[in-house]
Amino acid sequence: MNLILDFPAILERWPLFLDGAWLTLQLALIATLLGGVIGVVGAMGRRSSNAVLSRICTIYVEGIRNTPLLVQIFLVYFGLASLGLKFSAFTVAAAALTINVGAYTTEIIRAGFDAVPRGQIEAAEGLALSRAQIYWNVILWPGIEKVYPALTSQFVLLMLASSVTSQISAEELTAVANYVQSDTYRAFETYILVAIVYVILSLIMRAGFWALGLVIFPRRRRLGTPL
Amino acid sequence: MDTNGAVVSARDVHKSFGPLKVLDGIDFEVQRGEVMVIIGRSGSGKSTALRCLDRFETIDEGEIIVCGHHVSDPNIDLRALRQDVGIVFQSYNLFPHLTVEENIILAPCSVKRASKTAAKEQAKRVLAQVGLEEKLHYYPEQLSGGQQQRAAIARSLAMQPKVMLFDEVTSALDPELTGEVLKVIEALAADGMTMVMVTHEMGFAKGIADQVLFMHRGKVHESGPATILTSPTTPELAQFVGKEL
Ligand SMILES: Nc1ncnc2c1ncn2[C@@H]1O[C@H](COP(=O)(O)OP(=O)(O)OP(=O)(O)O)[C@@H](O)[C@H]1O
Ligand SMILES: [Mg+2]
Repeated sequence: MNLILDFPAILERWPLFLDGAWLTLQLALIATLLGGVIGVVGAMGRRSSNAVLSRICTIYVEGIRNTPLLVQIFLVYFGLASLGLKFSAFTVAAAALTINVGAYTTEIIRAGFDAVPRGQIEAAEGLALSRAQIYWNVILWPGIEKVYPALTSQFVLLMLASSVTSQISAEELTAVANYVQSDTYRAFETYILVAIVYVILSLIMRAGFWALGLVIFPRRRRLGTPL
Repeated sequence: MDTNGAVVSARDVHKSFGPLKVLDGIDFEVQRGEVMVIIGRSGSGKSTALRCLDRFETIDEGEIIVCGHHVSDPNIDLRALRQDVGIVFQSYNLFPHLTVEENIILAPCSVKRASKTAAKEQAKRVLAQVGLEEKLHYYPEQLSGGQQQRAAIARSLAMQPKVMLFDEVTSALDPELTGEVLKVIEALAADGMTMVMVTHEMGFAKGIADQVLFMHRGKVHESGPATILTSPTTPELAQFVGKEL
């Protein structure tokens, strides 16, 4: 066998890959941001003493964690279509990814909240802080700090998983690759290049989360404790 | 306020955890400026009695009044009660992600709506009171156990409580560090702070207590001035102090 790799034919289509990579990054950022918010709210819901609310959050989490992402994407896609609502593939992809990652972050953040020692909360209660003040000052930030590595891994995984949205023709990186390889008949080279771009995107996200961690957890910055 | 001017009064307090009767009819009163020390064997209900005063436990029967707040009333304004009561625990419970200063100003700023500047000024004052003024910008993990406990006391003081509750605040500390925390508490007593404390430090209790409560099997088995520690009248207290001394 002889393997001949021909990259120039692929590389000359770099603007397409750049567009795809940018779209992938946008999907990841939107889903990370909105999914993070859902995660915080969902974690509070699961810990709530209101049984109905807690049950709803559990059903959401378990429903998402026990179905494939691709099926969830189709459910959102065809679900919206059957309601007569038309959205771009990008919007549908962003929505589906947000719903998906929101469930995983709910679980991760809940674990972080649960890890805040009971004594800390009692100390805050003893200082007359309100429930909302306790959540914000004593549970939320230390809780998220505890699970920050798991959380960032989840968001990077989400970025990689966004390749599945090529199935509904969101024009992200993998969809671009599919198109380029059918255009050039250089499938192997195309996917090698795309894999490299995904690695770069992962590194960009990890660097971003590292920098964000220094901003939102000043103790880490001041004491030099690694996250 | 209640009729006789006591800062803390407990009358016929009963409390069970499931089938376990922990408080079986407890009575006591603490006057303004008084220090009451609760002693007793492990499991005798000391912590429970203390926690009931700040409503960290609810009671089954009886009445507790603290700084005019009817603690046993289900409609009590909890946050008003807790603004008047400072509580310090064995395990410090400083907020680990905040500096000492941030720990101290959190409650004054968010509960009392103090300005940041005023709260920071006050943080300096209460830290000076516990001898930690140079640790303002340290994080809890950078402090020794004794320093953390003193910072926790300062955090409570910043809310200007009318009464302080201490639950074995030196039990997690080496003898050396215990001394520095006890000195802070002595200074508070000298300043006229009303205090209720659970402690195993008998020597300290003798020196500081205006009133000693010996708990045994959920009851106040013997109580009186600090002299009961040296001349107990019940065999149980005699055995208890004998063992401790
Ligand atoms: N939340 C709870 N649920 C069930 N039982 C409890 C609870 N808190 C305390 N108890 C039990 O009540 C009894 C009294 O506990 P408490 O903590 O008041 O004792 P203590 O006198 O403070 O003891 P120690 O000196 O060991 O701190 C113990 O038998 C304890 O196991
Ligand atoms: Mg105890």
